[in-house]
Amino acid sequence: MTGAPLCYVYAIVDAPPHHLEVCPGVDGAAVTTVERGELAAVVSLVDRDRFGAESLRAKLEDLDWLEQTARAHHQVIDTIARQIPVAPLRMATILWDERGVAELLQANRPEFTEVLERVRGREEWGVKAYAVPVGPPDAPPGPAESAGGPGTTYLMRKRGQRDRARQAVQTGADLARQLHEVLTGHSVAARVYPPQDPRLSGRTEPMALNAAYLVAAADAESLRAAAARFDSPGLRVELTGPWAPYSFAEVSQP
Amino acid sequence: MPLPDGLVTSSNTAGPPARQQTANLADILERVLDKGIVIAGDIRVNLLDIELLTIKIRLLIASVDKAREIGIDWWERDPSLSSKQRDLAGENKALRERIEALEAAAPAELDGARSRTAETDR
Repeated sequence: MTGAPLCYVYAIVDAPPHHLEVCPGVDGAAVTTVERGELAAVVSLVDRDRFGAESLRAKLEDLDWLEQTARAHHQVIDTIARQIPVAPLRMATILWDERGVAELLQANRPEFTEVLERVRGREEWGVKAYAVPVGPPDAPPGPAESAGGPGTTYLMRKRGQRDRARQAVQTGADLARQLHEVLTGHSVAARVYPPQDPRLSGRTEPMALNAAYLVAAADAESLRAAAARFDSPGLRVELTGPWAPYSFAEVSQP
Repeated sequence: MPLPDGLVTSSNTAGPPARQQTANLADILERVLDKGIVIAGDIRVNLLDIELLTIKIRLLIASVDKAREIGIDWWERDPSLSSKQRDLAGENKALRERIEALEAAAPAELDGARSRTAETDR
C-alpha cells in the first residue's frame, strides 16, 4: 500500500527565501520550502514505500543508490549555498509530513539560527595533503652494501626503500601538521577528518591531512595562497571548494 | 582567477556545472553522511542512526588503522578534533575508572550496602 508521501529535508535557510533557484532533489522530486517565522526548510516529497525506514535501511547498503542519493542531496544544498546562507541537514533526514517540518523549525529556532549566523558570509574549503616519497627511489648500493653478495644487496636496497618511504611519511605528517596550523589561522573554524582510503582518494600516497576550514568569503584567497605555499614535492596539497558549510553545521547540545 | 603554481585545485570554483561534476564522491560522502545537523525525535521517520547503517561505507572512507600504522595519528590527540564516538569512549573510560576508584576507596561501605540488601531479601 502506498500512503501519503514523506518529507525529505535538505537544509535550513532564512525565510522568506526570495527568488531561490533550486534543482531537482533526491529521486528527481521537485524541491520546495516550508516556512515558519524567520526560518525555512528546503524539502521535497518522497515516496513512502521507497523512503520508509525499512526500505531505506536496505538501500543504504547499496552503493549505487547511496551515490545517487548523496549526489542529489549535495546538489540541492550546493545550489542553494551559492545563493544564500544555508545550514545543511544530515543526509536522509525524513519527516512524516509538512506539519512535522513546521514543528521542527519552531522547536529548533535558536539552534538553527545559531548555525545560520555562524556560516553567514563564510565558505567551507577542503584541504587534503599527501606525503610523497622524494629523492632517488633506487639509489645505487654503496661499497659496504655490495660486499655481502647479491642477496644482501637486494635486502639492503629493499630496506633503503622502506626507510625512505617511512621518512617521507614522517616528514609529510610534520609538514601537514604545520599546514593545518597555518590554515587554521586563516579560518573561523577547522575540522579534521580521518584520512581517506586510497581506493577512494584515488592516490596511493598516504593522506597526511584531510581537513575542512570555515573562512570568511573575503579570506578564501589567502587560505588558498597559504595552502599553495606548502605544496611541494614531498607534500602534495589539494584544495576543494567552496563547499556548503557541511562540516560546521553543528547544533550545540542543550 | 590565476591559481598559485603547482597547487592542485578541483575545478569546483570554475563554475556551477563543473562544480557539481567534479566533486569527489568520497568528499561528498564524508560530508553528507557524517556532518550536517542531526534531527531526532518522533517527527522523524524512525530510522536507525545513520552512523550504524553506514559502517561499511565508513570503512571505505576512513582507513584510520592504516594511518595509525604509519604514524599519522596526530588528529586523535587534539581534543578539538575528537569525534563524538571518541568522546563517548573517553567518557565511558573515565566513568569506569571513577567507579573503580570509588569501589576501591569505599569497600566497607559497599559491603555494608550488600549486606543490607541481603537482609531485605530475606
